[in-house]
Amino acid sequence: MGVTVIVNFFAKIGSVVLGAWKGTVEVLGLLFDTIWWLIFGPLKNKFVKSDSIFHQMVFAGVGSLVIAMFVAFFTGIVIAMQSAYQLSRFGANIYVAPMVAISLARELGPVLTALVVTGRVGAAIAAELGTMKVSEQIEALETMALNPIRFLVIPRFLALLVMLPCLTILADLVGIFGGFLVGVFSLDLDPYRYITFSFKYMAWKDVWTGLVKSGTFALIISMIGCYMGLNTKGGAEGVGKSTTLSVVTSFILIILFDCILTGVFYFAGK
Amino acid sequence: MNPKESEKEVVIKADNVVKKFGGRTVLNGISLEIYKGETFVIMGGSGCGKSTFLRHIIGSLKPDSGKIYLLGKDLSTLNDDEMDHLRRKIGMSFQSSALFDSMTVGENVALGLKEHTKLDKSVRDIVVKMKLELVGLRGFEDLMPSQLSGGMKKRVGLARAIAMDPEIVFYDEPTAGLDPIVAGVIDKLILDLSKKLNITSVVVTHDMKSVFSIADRVAMLYEGRVLEVGTPDEIRHSKNEMVQQFINGSPDGPIKFFQQKDDYLETLVA
Repeated sequence: MGVTVIVNFFAKIGSVVLGAWKGTVEVLGLLFDTIWWLIFGPLKNKFVKSDSIFHQMVFAGVGSLVIAMFVAFFTGIVIAMQSAYQLSRFGANIYVAPMVAISLARELGPVLTALVVTGRVGAAIAAELGTMKVSEQIEALETMALNPIRFLVIPRFLALLVMLPCLTILADLVGIFGGFLVGVFSLDLDPYRYITFSFKYMAWKDVWTGLVKSGTFALIISMIGCYMGLNTKGGAEGVGKSTTLSVVTSFILIILFDCILTGVFYFAGK
Repeated sequence: MNPKESEKEVVIKADNVVKKFGGRTVLNGISLEIYKGETFVIMGGSGCGKSTFLRHIIGSLKPDSGKIYLLGKDLSTLNDDEMDHLRRKIGMSFQSSALFDSMTVGENVALGLKEHTKLDKSVRDIVVKMKLELVGLRGFEDLMPSQLSGGMKKRVGLARAIAMDPEIVFYDEPTAGLDPIVAGVIDKLILDLSKKLNITSVVVTHDMKSVFSIADRVAMLYEGRVLEVGTPDEIRHSKNEMVQQFINGSPDGPIKFFQQKDDYLETLVA
């Protein structure tokens, strides 16, 4: 009995590892196909319809604006208060300004926005494509000689790739404004000095590394959402499963790639 | 190349098609020929592989062995572009209608024309009206699929299948889940379409009433093999006990409802 349990345990680990490996290969395959269609589709006179990209941009970008700004604003306030808690001991309250600006631009802006968008847009992508899959709509597209990647994946991919960095920049600004309110009204800092200090210590690199992260997250959210959606099996339960799985997988990958990219920028910048 | 070519033009030919899913053999060497202009019905019980076979003909699934010729082309030798080109000559009506639920009825019917032709929107609108008129749904262009009943969805699916004036139309269980009158309407539509537009129709069904009212020829599938092919009269007077049991719908006969082959008692005790 004990041996079976151990064998089952390792079998379980093995199947999880194999499943993750297979998933990785297939997601990369989907990414490759997407990029292939993006480059060679237009050459074959098969353009992606601009109205469907626009529709997705409105849904992914404009639709996420309020919630993403809400998160960024309060995060800015929280960082300002938390860092003031430490910095006031040294009488260095004014350094709250660059602290808030840099931590938002490099880290919290891209990551928190990506997580919000995963929950809203990534889940919606997986659910919509999953429903289309189980109700034979994907197959219908194929029999009509319409490639699902060109028709469904690329508009979502492009929309997120454009809108997530845009949202991130706005989130950075709104977060900085949240910190500014704390600095001015609670820490009694001079508004003008606060703003000059914010941007004095912030380098161009802080912004573009944040945007590179945000672009990577857009890729993760759209690819995982589309992959889970297109591989949905078995009715309503399957759609629920794909949606959950796409959100969880995207969360993990966002955190993982955030760490990897931070490491790369840190060591490359030395 | 083909001995029967002098008599009738073969538009679909399956040559010893075998397909396995996991360890289960779903198609066990199917060979069939379907002629131009006829209404060919593939019947058989649930799980006999008839839908799977249909998906092989339209190229969504690839056989493990054997060959399928669609309009004279060997599907296994076609690349994606050639397959897409061939798919513009076929239409498919799905069991669950598979209407794109983010689009209106009119957009559903017009999609193929919009993507594959350079027709002006005004011309497309006229074509859409004509196709909807054929299925008796003119004036429903601006409704969403969710606002339609099951039978109406089926008919819109039909209009979409014939929107591109295909040479062959495939119907996957066109009358399943519909009330007898709507089922009769759909049957009449299939007949009308093939007579009026002289298209080849391939119908997968287990609805006996519709088999005998629409078929020019019938093939009965059982456990992934073709039991018998013939005209409705030949099938009705078939000597094959399985065919007789199926068309009469009797629970007792050579076809067992329970497919488990192991001993019932043994499974209960162990």
